[in-house]
Amino acid sequence: MKQRNTYIGKILFSVSSLATGLKTTLNEFFTRKVTEQYPENRKTQKISERHRARLYMPLDENGNNKCIACGLCANNCPNGTITIKTKMVTDPETGKSKKMLDEYTYDLGCCMFCQLCVNVCPKDAIAFNNDFENAVFDRKKLIIKLNK
Amino acid sequence: MFSFNNITTAIDEFLNSVLPAQGALIVECVLVALCAVLAYVTLAIVMIFMERKVCAAFQCRLGPMRVGYWGLLQVFADVFKMLIKEIISINRSDRVLYNLAPYLVVMSSVLTFSCLPFASGLQVLDFNIGVFFIMAASSFGVLGILLAGWSSNNKYSMIGAVRSGAQMISYELSIGLCILVVVILSGTMQISELVDMQRSGWFIFRGHIPAFIAFIIYLIAGNAETNRAPFDLPEAESELTAGFHTEYSGMHFGFFYVAEFMNLFIVAGIASTLFLGGWAPLYITGLDAFNNIMDYIPGIVWFLGKTFFVIWLLMWVRWTFPRMRIDHVVSLEWKYLIPIGLVNLLIMTLCVVMGWTF
Repeated sequence: MKQRNTYIGKILFSVSSLATGLKTTLNEFFTRKVTEQYPENRKTQKISERHRARLYMPLDENGNNKCIACGLCANNCPNGTITIKTKMVTDPETGKSKKMLDEYTYDLGCCMFCQLCVNVCPKDAIAFNNDFENAVFDRKKLIIKLNK
Repeated sequence: MFSFNNITTAIDEFLNSVLPAQGALIVECVLVALCAVLAYVTLAIVMIFMERKVCAAFQCRLGPMRVGYWGLLQVFADVFKMLIKEIISINRSDRVLYNLAPYLVVMSSVLTFSCLPFASGLQVLDFNIGVFFIMAASSFGVLGILLAGWSSNNKYSMIGAVRSGAQMISYELSIGLCILVVVILSGTMQISELVDMQRSGWFIFRGHIPAFIAFIIYLIAGNAETNRAPFDLPEAESELTAGFHTEYSGMHFGFFYVAEFMNLFIVAGIASTLFLGGWAPLYITGLDAFNNIMDYIPGIVWFLGKTFFVIWLLMWVRWTFPRMRIDHVVSLEWKYLIPIGLVNLLIMTLCVVMGWTF
């Protein structure tokens, strides 16, 4: 707009710029609405795969836990959400004793979903899943034992 | 064509046969008032629902969906909530004016509402200076707003009221000029005559360019008159909490709310009466079959259809533009709308004198 400083130029410029805005909202009026009606759309809803809802331990193809009980996740957790209990197991073939995971406890109520534990794990033994319906009536139920 | 005059005359004759003349008049007044207020409230409910849905659609949302099917009962829930709230009295406020203000606002909007021609013969007030009366009745709503701001003993309310006064009094001039354009074109101020004249063609087509400019200016000024965004400075919730009705609660606040919505309906109704032909159907000269089909649609459907279309236009503007600054609001009116309106009036007068209208 060259003539933006004249009286008529100002009017024409503002009318065209207002028309741009009106066009944008008119397009919006006819697009598909983004609202998700949550409890009704449970079956069809899609949650992003990267959504961090709850920590779980994925098993390897043989159905074994991948955790080596190194304790890095527990050490890196800013909130102290993870506690790991270990036990010493003697290998029947070699006769050497080895540290094994006994109990992997995760306090969902304290977790701030920073994903540091998942990033630091050397064996990818833990991950976040999309299981987001975590409301319970008792805080004790939020303390979950992750390994079987 | 079907006219509501038949029904009203029949009721009048029946009442006069069973009651003395004075009694019949009183009963008629009560009946008319009852119908007007009922229509007012019903339309307000429809408008509030429409506002929620249209606003949601412009923001890519669905709006209320839970209360009743498709959210249809949401407005009733809102009204019920409003009714059961306590009406508080403010410390060191001017009690009389504080309680009077909402009624003034509602009164002015009901008075204006009763001038709208819903269909042939379905109009409460119809006399030879109808348009002038609409101007007068709608402009004393600002008095209620000023009183509300002044009597609530609150800085924000006061600022909101003063802004509202400056804005509404300014924009009334533009509305007056736009209405004058139509009055010049038609040569009458009586609303029923105005609508009758438009049965051969709506004024926005018969008055072509000047009428169209007047229509646009009327919509802008009308939006400012109803205190809606982008002219919602009197309320300006981010700066003044809620402006002139900050201190009101319960149904007193409800009155302001309803009056605001109904003012929107009235502005749209007057726009459709003056420019889009009121209850007059759309005729295209030469297409007789089309015109015959249009005749079958009753006048009230035409009027409400046009009015809700204009309301939709105003809502479109309301949910598109951000709030203006007070100096921009005033300069838009005095530097742009009034000069354009005056030149437009001159053009229309020329067109009418030279016979350039259809």
